[in-house]
Amino acid sequence: MKISQVMELLDASVICGEDSLGKHVYSACGSDMMSDVLAYVKDQSVLLTGLVNSQVIRTAEMMDMVCIVFVRSKTPTPEMIELAKESGIVLLASDKRMYEACGKLYASGLCGNGVKNGK
Amino acid sequence: MENNLNFHFAVDGNDFTSAGLASVQLKKALRQLGLDPETIRRASIAMYEGEINMVIHAGGGEADVEVSEDCIKITLADHGPGIKDIAQAMQEGFSTATDHVRSLGFGAGMGLPNMKNYSDKMEIESTPGEGTTITLYINI
Repeated sequence: MKISQVMELLDASVICGEDSLGKHVYSACGSDMMSDVLAYVKDQSVLLTGLVNSQVIRTAEMMDMVCIVFVRSKTPTPEMIELAKESGIVLLASDKRMYEACGKLYASGLCGNGVKNGK
Repeated sequence: MENNLNFHFAVDGNDFTSAGLASVQLKKALRQLGLDPETIRRASIAMYEGEINMVIHAGGGEADVEVSEDCIKITLADHGPGIKDIAQAMQEGFSTATDHVRSLGFGAGMGLPNMKNYSDKMEIESTPGEGTTITLYINI
């Protein structure tokens, strides 16, 4: 699925990374706990979260994630947006709640399968 | 080996916002060395979890990374409160983090287990009241 489709499905707006909306994503992960996110490696992945601090961007960067969706109308800080731009991560914002946002992506074929700890 | 590369990072314990900076720098350095992306990811995540731990539990510390021909060795040393029961701390889900730390997205009790799982070997030396040194080995 392309990031542009994720955007459409979640009625999301683009905060940064407009140039990368054509990139493909193959899995997704929804959590507000970053250590849970860090436990599963997925390639070309989307992170859905309601957490807003710079560690969300760093976590995605460490995981080589390509897109972060902020759910529940959360807005990242200018500092976070700057970090995301430096790392080439697309930031999207949606007013959907976590459950609904994950459900919509899952139902459209974006699975959550990851490889635990990547070894 | 004389060709080993060494990196040193000071981890500031008073600034949660900048936590992870050393891991970002390490990741960039490993990329420049042209290592396999999966190896880079494992080393970066293990280091990041260690860095976060030093910030939230120990008031910061020092990270030293040595890259040899076949291994990335990461040594994370702090002078924090130490770990009373290492076996308990290694259990997934066990955490002594405060509610404040949890509200920041950490303290799910996955830090040490993740560090172990992403590395090929992990050593922990800890003395309550004196500090903790964790050494991670990631094979290249």
